[in-house]
Amino acid sequence: MEHSALALRIDGLTVRRGRNVAVRDLDLSLARGELVGLLGPSGSGKTTLMRSIVGVQRLESGTVTVLGQSAGSPPLRHRVGYVTQDVSVYSDLTVRENLSYFATVLGVGGAEIDRVVAATDLGGQLKQLAGSLSGGQVSRVSLAAALLGTPELLVLDEPTVGLDPVLRSELWGLFRELARGGVTLLVSSHVMDEATRCDRLLLMRDGEILADTTPRQLLADTGTSDAEEAFLVLIERHPGERTEERS
Amino acid sequence: MSIRRTFSTTGRVLRQISHDPRTVALLLVVPSLLIGLVAWLFSDTDVFEQVGPAMLALFPFIIMFLVTSIATLRERRSGTLERLLSMPLAKLEFILGYTFAFGLLAVLQASIAVAFAVWVCGLEIDGPLWLLLCVALADAVLGTTLGLFASAFARTEFQVVQFMPLIVFPQVLLGGIFLPREDMPDVLYAISDWLPLSHAIDALNAVAGDTEDAAYVGGKLLIIGAFALGAVILGAITLRRRTA
Ligand SMILES: Nc1ncnc2c1ncn2[C@@H]1O[C@H](COP(=O)(O)OP(=O)(O)OP(=O)(O)O)[C@@H](O)[C@H]1O
Ligand SMILES: [Mg+2]
Repeated sequence: MEHSALALRIDGLTVRRGRNVAVRDLDLSLARGELVGLLGPSGSGKTTLMRSIVGVQRLESGTVTVLGQSAGSPPLRHRVGYVTQDVSVYSDLTVRENLSYFATVLGVGGAEIDRVVAATDLGGQLKQLAGSLSGGQVSRVSLAAALLGTPELLVLDEPTVGLDPVLRSELWGLFRELARGGVTLLVSSHVMDEATRCDRLLLMRDGEILADTTPRQLLADTGTSDAEEAFLVLIERHPGERTEERS
Repeated sequence: MSIRRTFSTTGRVLRQISHDPRTVALLLVVPSLLIGLVAWLFSDTDVFEQVGPAMLALFPFIIMFLVTSIATLRERRSGTLERLLSMPLAKLEFILGYTFAFGLLAVLQASIAVAFAVWVCGLEIDGPLWLLLCVALADAVLGTTLGLFASAFARTEFQVVQFMPLIVFPQVLLGGIFLPREDMPDVLYAISDWLPLSHAIDALNAVAGDTEDAAYVGGKLLIIGAFALGAVILGAITLRRRTA
């Protein structure tokens, strides 16, 4: 089957949210084991695209196929991990209680909890209430929950927000390791230097994919030396009908 | 349907509440305090004997409704529901998990309220006490399930609170506390027959006065149970995996 080699295939996806068209006639394919960065200004539709992939977004038209199956279908719920943009953990539970609940829902054992705790460096916080953690710590709990059960596709919506450079770099090391093991990762971010650690970059703008490139290609095409500058050049080259301010 | 996922959801909700002892305390003692207040208010009259049984239906019902609907709304707004819905958790498992958790609290709450009303406030119960407890329990569980259902339609805390006057107050007004249901205008009587709280109050009064047999009370319990079941099913149906 042609699809089984692909982790993700999107055809003609359009999503309307309120009055806005958040995603506009979008096509996209991801191969298995790719580490893909999703960049774009605030409001460009990154979260909406990710919600469509994990199957919690109502679609206007188009198809989303994940690992050969229709997005959001029951078997996929074991195979896709999702970190939402807001840290979706229970603030009135400890880190361990959070993870063991999600582990039970996924049907994975306690060894998995130990593994993801080690991967996200949360060993010292296990007994602490999630509500009392620092911003970076709590976003790592959210990430740890998504890593439970080693999903084949990881959809991470700004997983490194609020983390210091050392931790960020460690997490990108983890993402790379996962990709090497065959996991496909789609990671959205606002931090441009993170983009250079991806295999492939998608730049979104007003619900469309403006550029589908590699970090090296992006720099070459824009004649710039760092990702941040390259991004600005690209946005300038394709003036949208509306420009939105970054908060 | 997985029992394990359902009960782990129940355990998780109870664990969340156990980290908040003040809520637990309020949940368990507030209905009793209110019943005590009513008893005190009418201490020189025989009004408490008439409305006391109904109070056992009223306060646990209202409080469980509020607490449950706010708890699930919080889940919706914190993003944890979105995470759960992208995981292998069935909607019915989620709803039942909550129902059991708050149902258990409702059991404790109703038991305390009944014990307080009978032994501290001196409410006279001519019928069997266990039957009274059963009705109070069914009623508190009904409050829980209606709260779960209502929260599906609320986007904000303010809206949830608005459901009180919309869903709860009419049932209180037409339930037969202010005016015996038989004396109501025909239309209102017919409407009140379709409200679950009316049947809970009927049943409590029947047990308190020992005016009807157990089959009558059993029938009322079935009606309350049917409403609770309906609310659970509607709650699972109206919970949407995909949202706009
Ligand atoms: N619940 C909603 N109701 C109506 N419109 C929405 C809703 N959520 C998002 N939108 C709109 O959809 C568009 C895309 O939003 P989306 O959240 O996907 O952007 P984003 O790229 O993730 O932004 P950010 O970087 O700020 O997270 C925006 O114009 C936004 O205003
Ligand atoms: Mg977003």
